Amino acid sequence: MNNKKIDFKGIALKSSDIKEKKVLTTSWKPNLQYAWDNGVAISRYFKELKNGKIIAKKCNKCGRIMIPPRMFCELCFRPTDEWVYVKDTGVINTFSISYVHWDASRIKEGEKPFIPAVIEIDGASEGMGILHVLGEVDPEDVKSGMRVKAVWKLPEERIGAITDIKYFKPE
Amino acid sequence: MGMRRVAIVGAGMTKFVRRAQETGKELAFEAAKMALDSCELTLKDVDCVSLGTAPDAFDGVHMKGEYLSDGAGGWRKPVMRPYVGGGTGVFNAIHGWFHVASGLFDVCLVVAEEKMSSCYPHPAGAFLTIFDHTTEQPLKPNLIWIFALEMRRYMETYGISHKDIALVSVKNKKNAMDNPCAQIPEEITVEDVLNSEVLADPVHRLDISPTTDGAAALVLVSEHLAKKITDKPVWLDGVGWNVDTAYWATRDLSYPKYVEKAARMAYDMAGIKEPSKEIQVAEPYDPFDYKELHHMEGLQLCGKGEAPRLIAEGVTARDGNLPTCPSGGLLGVGNPIAASGAMKICEIFWQLRGEAGKRQVPGKPKVGLAQAWGDLMQVGTVVVMRV
Repeated sequence: MNNKKIDFKGIALKSSDIKEKKVLTTSWKPNLQYAWDNGVAISRYFKELKNGKIIAKKCNKCGRIMIPPRMFCELCFRPTDEWVYVKDTGVINTFSISYVHWDASRIKEGEKPFIPAVIEIDGASEGMGILHVLGEVDPEDVKSGMRVKAVWKLPEERIGAITDIKYFKPE
Repeated sequence: MGMRRVAIVGAGMTKFVRRAQETGKELAFEAAKMALDSCELTLKDVDCVSLGTAPDAFDGVHMKGEYLSDGAGGWRKPVMRPYVGGGTGVFNAIHGWFHVASGLFDVCLVVAEEKMSSCYPHPAGAFLTIFDHTTEQPLKPNLIWIFALEMRRYMETYGISHKDIALVSVKNKKNAMDNPCAQIPEEITVEDVLNSEVLADPVHRLDISPTTDGAAALVLVSEHLAKKITDKPVWLDGVGWNVDTAYWATRDLSYPKYVEKAARMAYDMAGIKEPSKEIQVAEPYDPFDYKELHHMEGLQLCGKGEAPRLIAEGVTARDGNLPTCPSGGLLGVGNPIAASGAMKICEIFWQLRGEAGKRQVPGKPKVGLAQAWGDLMQVGTVVVMRV
């Protein structure tokens, strides 16, 4: 068998084929909704965020202070031990400057780009990072290794969610 | 180990296109039929089917494995659907290997399919739900974010420039010009990549593979049948897979340790001691250009941070010492998620048999490797193939 002799199958469609109804399609717009339980560890994590604090959980076997907190240590495979408050400051491990929304649509004219980052939180074990976004900073000024601090929503606006921290800004 | 040796004796694939008129089931049929025809077997000869297809969310068809099974030759047969996101294409062949190596079956039809175009305005939207639903999804992440974060970590750890990385996109899209199934074969320059639209810095438009509809299939058989069916069996001599933590922000993003573990498992099984010398042609997973380099390092094809030098020196060109992605890769042929890894195995199958036409790498290679990668940037799947 040689690739040259093969008539590979697969009919490529153009957008115009669909718009001009040269081929028929069927559409459906599902209206599905979900309400996720936050679980044991993240419920406490979020309750503390509502109070303006970040909490982690420690495994006394490997000694790791883990964030996000978890009820079991995935390395030692045993229940974790005490809750440990960590700081609301940290270091940028890596970051991006994003011009796309979650659905791949582009940001609008005048809309600021998102700056997602992995932030290693002070007080947690080395390398323990969380995903969040940066604010109050020009994209061109962001650098890996930069120290940042959480900017919290007002207490009455907090609902117990990761977004109770509006963003992190340079310390 | 008590396992039987397993051979690939047939391969097939469809063209990879942005939007196919065919349904997923029809695409699966075309690839499966081509694979069976290529080794002159019929569905009657098939003992079992391994069917790989990625998120149901793309199709909006729940339990799409069952929906696709008729097109994959699954009628009244033992059918299994493995799924590890983008790693599925190679993982699925590993499942086919289990079926035959275990002695349970002699002939396994391995079919991988993806139809991403049904999900609109863009299938990227379906990826939102792979992020943790409580701690990450409320931040509205785009899938590209995690690639951008990983790419920057990789670049900064080893002092790699975007220019170094863009060479991969240039090479693979050019290789794809010789592939009759390719979706975006193109002759482009490093400057074209650097000047293309910034999506999530450092990731630009031309750093990324497209979304694709397509299917690919393989026929796996036991050793005693292989020699009756063909005088050119390609042996599946090593398989490996590994998964890292889903707490991805706590991992060392500069190096894919889980790919190393998957590769070492496959190399040990295949008796490969020095992969950088013994692997003669490779299809590392390249959904983004930096991923080909990142994966070459995880696969032990070079040291950490050294992959950019290999591509710059032409080592990974089609006529180099270690050609990578001679098919054109995902960057050039297209990226129908679960079918992408299967396409890579098809390519190594054709390369080792000397049947790759204009894409044929010189030197009659005897040992090749295909790799896929996926889940939440945490799974590596690897096969080592030999003639």
